[in-house]
Amino acid sequence: MNLRNIVTVYLKELRDSLRDRRTLMSTIFIPALVMPLLTFGVGKIMSGVIKTAREDIPTVAIIGGDDSPAVVAALKKSDKMKVVEKPTDYEKAIGDKQLKVAINLPAGFEAGLKVGAAPAVKVYYYQGELKSENGARVVERFLTDLREQTVADRLTEHALPKTLARPFEFQRENVARPEKVGGNLFGGFVPYLIIILCFSGAMYPAMDLTAGEKERGTMETLLCSPVARVDIVLGKFLMVLTGSLSAMCFMLISMGVTAAVGGSLMIGGATTTRMAVGTTPAQAATGPIPMIDPMGLVGVLGMVFPVAVMFAAVAFTVALFAKSYKEAQSYLAPMMIVVILPAVIGMLPGIDLNARLAFVPLLNLSLVCKEMLSGVWHWHYIAIIFGSSCVYAAVALSLAVRMFKREDVIFRA
Amino acid sequence: MIEAHHLTKVFRDKKRGKIFATNDVSFRAPPGQIYGLLGANGAGKTTTLRMLATLLTPTTGSATVAGFDIVREPEKARANVGFLAASTALYARLTAREMITYFGRLNGMADAAIRERIKQLSAELDMDEFLDRRCDKFSTGMKQKTSIARMLIHDPAVMIFDEPTLGLDVMTARAIVRFVRDCRGRGKTVIYSTHVMSEVEKLCDTIGIIHDGKLLAEGTLAELRTRFGETDMEEVFVKAVGGEGEP
Repeated sequence: MNLRNIVTVYLKELRDSLRDRRTLMSTIFIPALVMPLLTFGVGKIMSGVIKTAREDIPTVAIIGGDDSPAVVAALKKSDKMKVVEKPTDYEKAIGDKQLKVAINLPAGFEAGLKVGAAPAVKVYYYQGELKSENGARVVERFLTDLREQTVADRLTEHALPKTLARPFEFQRENVARPEKVGGNLFGGFVPYLIIILCFSGAMYPAMDLTAGEKERGTMETLLCSPVARVDIVLGKFLMVLTGSLSAMCFMLISMGVTAAVGGSLMIGGATTTRMAVGTTPAQAATGPIPMIDPMGLVGVLGMVFPVAVMFAAVAFTVALFAKSYKEAQSYLAPMMIVVILPAVIGMLPGIDLNARLAFVPLLNLSLVCKEMLSGVWHWHYIAIIFGSSCVYAAVALSLAVRMFKREDVIFRA
Repeated sequence: MIEAHHLTKVFRDKKRGKIFATNDVSFRAPPGQIYGLLGANGAGKTTTLRMLATLLTPTTGSATVAGFDIVREPEKARANVGFLAASTALYARLTAREMITYFGRLNGMADAAIRERIKQLSAELDMDEFLDRRCDKFSTGMKQKTSIARMLIHDPAVMIFDEPTLGLDVMTARAIVRFVRDCRGRGKTVIYSTHVMSEVEKLCDTIGIIHDGKLLAEGTLAELRTRFGETDMEEVFVKAVGGEGEP
């Protein structure tokens, strides 16, 4: 192994890659744009949609209620909903989104209220349709208020205190530190993004430096030089690793900048949830401002490194096997699903790190990153995960070197 | 000097089984001469030359290139070889200067020596005008000149040309042939593979006719003409390979 040769190959590949638009897109532009786009683009649109749905005054049709004039009048009087004419087929009207909600006031409802034997009211809505669900919530709130008012009236009627039906109040108070809240909110999401970007960052340089070179005929030119194959592999591999790490770094920088510039609206923007990196506890105390522990981010970077090495080596090996750029793409694109799957599982609530999962590649990274971003440091798991990731990376890299030495792979036609 | 001893290369194919790309090929190419390897497509020329350039390892047999064994000392052998083939392309996103410099460094040259050598080669090959332009914008002629400069940067003792005129226009092909002749003039060991009879006639001091992986005949042009009783090189070749065979 000759360091000078490795550096020579690496610097040439770096220069070459910096002139390749596809590589620049996958290693710099997309990672740098993903967070602002998610936050200001998708986040803003999402929160706008949610806000519009919540501010929407739902159309409500009353079914029955002929013998409950007071309740019908109260429904019509409410400024939270708009009572419309009952359509012939209200279920179809809700399904067609012409009507948001229908409320069925059964016969004798009002009379039943007075004697304490009112039949059940039914609220019809369209599950999964945001505006209809919101309408159902408005109607249910109306019915809850009506029920409470009925109870209050009965207590007054019997000269009993209101506290008889509502003996005490309660209130929620958050005791989790802001970084734990942030860690729980973003802890699954951030590693997910990092894993995807790390792999896609490695993908394009790997294809260009292996299958791309074979296709363009420059691989044979390079192999004519007196440099040992292992030096060529390592120089090229370092470039692929650079692509992978730069994708991650640009994403993290962009995430920090987005948060600093006022990254609201990414998740539940309408509820004024905000993400902040490095927000002080004093600021956090004034409201629900979840933040990500900066030490957690540093930890994530450390844990991602061997995984990036593994990604670079795997992408390199797979792409090397292909005859052309297109063929390499057809091998590596489906691998993205293999990479995403454990990252998605890691995002699911209720899946916690344990000794067995600590050996599962990618899932272990996803879970440990989630913990570290929440300020939880299980050192024994961290050691297992880092160690196992290093072993997987070393195996992948040695496989890459072996593949590069195989004539049937290098001259595959 | 190149000395090939019983070079055999076997590829394994799932459908066809063992394929002898070259079978017991032996020859000697001394310095200051051009050894021509003449054969049809698929005869085993490229495999032979790739083994000599240590891109492929022989299944059996061996060879020495500039005194180095291609199996035991492949890196040293490669350091003394300049290899040019239709399949050895340029890095499209690099300039000609960057491309040549890269190969100079890979050959262990110091930057000052590379700069000096590029100056010399650029003057010789008339490359000044496009030396700092990216290779993807080059004409075929410019590409060939850059490839030649890349091949010559470390001034190798052995030059291997694998069908270097394949797909080139007449003028560029003539320039290549002229360059190969110059190499002989400089005392280099030159091995030149082609399936173009006229190139062999014009260039080669010794001709080896290769067919189905076997070296069937070897000698000077005059010797081959006498041996097969033909003056036309094409007829000599057909007789050497045992007739035209099935179309």
